[in-house]
Amino acid sequence: MVAHITSTKNLSVTLRVWRQAAADQPGRFVEYAAKDLNPNMSFLEMLDVVNDALEGKGEDPIAFAHDCREGICGTCSLVINGKPHGPHKGIASCQTYMRSFADGDVIVVEPYRAKPFPVIKDLISDRSAFDAIQQAGGFITVRSGSACDANAIPVPKDEADLAMDAAQCIGCGACVAACKNASAMLFVGAKVGHLGLLPQGQAERDSRVLAMVSKMDELGFGNCTNQYECSAACPKLISHDFIARMNRDYIAASFRQAFKPKSNASGGGA
Amino acid sequence: MAILDSKIPSGPLADKWRKHKIDIKLVNPANKRKYHVVVVGAGLAGASAAASLADLGYQVTCIVFHDSPRRAHSIAAQGGINAAKNYQNDGDSVYRLFYDTIKGGDYRAREANVHRLAEVSVNIIDQCAALGVPFAREYGGLLANRSFGGAQVSRTFYARGQTGQQLLLGAYSSLSRCVGQGTVKLVTQNEMSDLVVVDGQAKGVITRDLVTGNLHRFAADAVILATGGYGNVFNLSTYARGSNVTASWRAYKRGACFANPCFTQIHPTCIPVSGDYQSKLTLMSESLRNDGRIWVPKNKADVKKAPADIAESDRDYFLERIYPSFGNLAPRDVASRAAKRMCDEGRGVGETGLGVYLDFADAIQRYGKQAAARANLHEASPAKILELGEAAVAERYGNLFDIYKEITDESAYKQPMRIYPAVHYTMGGLWVDYNLMSNVPGLFVLGEANFSDHGANRLGASALMQGLADGFFVIPYTIGDYLASQKPGSRPSADRAEFAAAEANVDGLVKKLMAIKGKEPVAHYHKRLGKIMWDQCGMARTKEGLTKGIAEIQALKKEFWSNVNVPGSAENLNQALEKALRVADFIELGELMCRDALTREESCGGHFREEYQHADGECLRDDVNFAHVAAWEFQGEDKVPLRNIEPLNYETVKMSVRSYK
Repeated sequence: MVAHITSTKNLSVTLRVWRQAAADQPGRFVEYAAKDLNPNMSFLEMLDVVNDALEGKGEDPIAFAHDCREGICGTCSLVINGKPHGPHKGIASCQTYMRSFADGDVIVVEPYRAKPFPVIKDLISDRSAFDAIQQAGGFITVRSGSACDANAIPVPKDEADLAMDAAQCIGCGACVAACKNASAMLFVGAKVGHLGLLPQGQAERDSRVLAMVSKMDELGFGNCTNQYECSAACPKLISHDFIARMNRDYIAASFRQAFKPKSNASGGGA
Repeated sequence: MAILDSKIPSGPLADKWRKHKIDIKLVNPANKRKYHVVVVGAGLAGASAAASLADLGYQVTCIVFHDSPRRAHSIAAQGGINAAKNYQNDGDSVYRLFYDTIKGGDYRAREANVHRLAEVSVNIIDQCAALGVPFAREYGGLLANRSFGGAQVSRTFYARGQTGQQLLLGAYSSLSRCVGQGTVKLVTQNEMSDLVVVDGQAKGVITRDLVTGNLHRFAADAVILATGGYGNVFNLSTYARGSNVTASWRAYKRGACFANPCFTQIHPTCIPVSGDYQSKLTLMSESLRNDGRIWVPKNKADVKKAPADIAESDRDYFLERIYPSFGNLAPRDVASRAAKRMCDEGRGVGETGLGVYLDFADAIQRYGKQAAARANLHEASPAKILELGEAAVAERYGNLFDIYKEITDESAYKQPMRIYPAVHYTMGGLWVDYNLMSNVPGLFVLGEANFSDHGANRLGASALMQGLADGFFVIPYTIGDYLASQKPGSRPSADRAEFAAAEANVDGLVKKLMAIKGKEPVAHYHKRLGKIMWDQCGMARTKEGLTKGIAEIQALKKEFWSNVNVPGSAENLNQALEKALRVADFIELGELMCRDALTREESCGGHFREEYQHADGECLRDDVNFAHVAAWEFQGEDKVPLRNIEPLNYETVKMSVRSYK
């Protein structure tokens, strides 16, 4: 089949890939030659080609996380030449194309390096800590079938749009990988901002931010020191303003929690 | 022979679901906690089912092969979700959504299921808004809508071009709440590798831990599969690379019937194939057809010209020409076939000739003028109008234009997109009755994994609707009817022989694959299978081609099992082994799909047999001989499966020629 899109000359690159057999094994860089690549190939397709050759020879292919390959599932998580998701702003690894590289380039490919995201194998790290934070409070409690009519609660368009900006987070963890403190505050701030901006999210606004921040600290994510590498690495360009917003919510919730009168409601009844 | 009792309730169509909810059995709250339900998959259907059942009080275990439930491929749905809210005051109703869906499916879906889907569609929007899904809104704060194919009303709710993501994250947030509160046990990175059937009923699953290679047994009172569709049988599709048929296929081999496997949706607007290395095709949302106009050059001589150099009078806006009432919003199967016909005539564009234009120039002008008028710029220059128009189009479709740019290095603001049909969804799936239970009692199948609601073609924005309908609003009622017949505490132990046998079956399969040590990587076979399927069982099918396809797949299967190379070890994370196990199942499924397409001697929806067409190239249905569901029953390895039939009785709608002209 002929390439229909801007096909220029094919290129060859050298990959320096982190190989690590398992979490408890030491890792090292291994070099692979990737030759005669179509520049319209995605970075992951280039890895597929390298892996197919390895598999055909009976060698263990390079393990890397991927799924949707259209930048929305958040599975892919490569650090390419030191940058989470590679050279382009606002683009996930899977949407990075070989035309971004030059013939003869040496490309270093690593997994995320962050204590709360231990390496499982090669380029795959365990990001279940993000799920644990969501489970602590990243939700609005609604039993199925108990909601009122969707138009009963109008949401001003500006706020809905801003909530959507935050809600776009794909949970890839690049923010943590990019941060020298391995802080998860952009990830948590995005969820706190998304739900806290909506009228539906108000009832649990305080408990949500307190629970999520507490879980984030417990899991070993660091604090934010305002360098915003997270926003720069975010494939959805989520703004660090949401970190400030979360800090505000957190302080307000902490005060309200401290001075909140306690209800003496108890169960039972006739 | 399997017994296919659809259990459709009696009475008038509009009363069936209400009546059924009253008639079916309930499980009392104290007993619910004694039942254990295993849910496999956590996309829209699985996550909403797991959370809803846990909230009812059942013990729930949710098993996913991804590292997180948020990765499920529902996340990639772009355009929207239908609901019969009639917020636009444009004449929508439950009946109209029902009718559009039945007609859209080319009269090959069950009336009762589809009517229920339309009924609960309104509850889904309420539920999701309450969960914090940031749907698009009007300036007054109320919900916005847009139009999708096969409908003449605006009933599609959306969240930019990421509706699936936002709905999935809503369902995921409910699931996460339950996991955090301890009411759902979440098991990640485990692939369901077999179904355990005890005394004829589904009572558990075997999973393979993808990190350790260990096999696990899960005993349950009922099993729910919400494991998605099987379009990756074509290798190239808009599915995620991990999407697979394995869970459904193993259930099929344990006796669950596979219904209408050949009903595949080919989506008209995808970015065309560019090379042999390609791993997936990327969808450009159907929502683009609200504003984009599809065309090819009128003259073959113009196909290599730059689109801007082709005069307006030399362009053929073929969907508007052939289907004036629906125009660019003709349903997917119809639009895809029309695009293929244009390319077959030699009027396709791009280097391969397999592409048509999707053009936004008119929309940019229209929106630009509107925006200028709103801003009181009555003397706006053409450049200003262009600027305002591009901004307005960016607000609606910006992320899609960005994806297009990433992949093709071209700007769709400046020149038309080039698109071509690609495999996108499978309407077929495991057979289920009105309660969403398969013919194996205790095995329920939800979402894309079942066959029930879309007939031979699914309308845009209906997949998200069905996934959430099944999980939030159907299964919570219908599973009780089955569980009430099971004595609390009667769940078999995972130590039983049936579990051991199923586990040994999986272990044997893994060992066999690891031992082949042939010469070709798994991808080699997946690509070849995909090519056979696309050529013989794709957009146009013939008796001759399908017969050839079956023979080719049988040969491919033999070769795969003697020459595939799965390196590494089965005792740790091994992506080659994961792929091999999935491709082995796809090969067998491919044969079944060809067989189904071969025996269905008619054209309907996405199933187009060249022998059966009207003079104008539209589908020629045969309602006398094929107004039925074909549900295939496994008869043993390498044996021809049995074709069972469930007749489709249309009580309300008159089956007629489906026209969008």
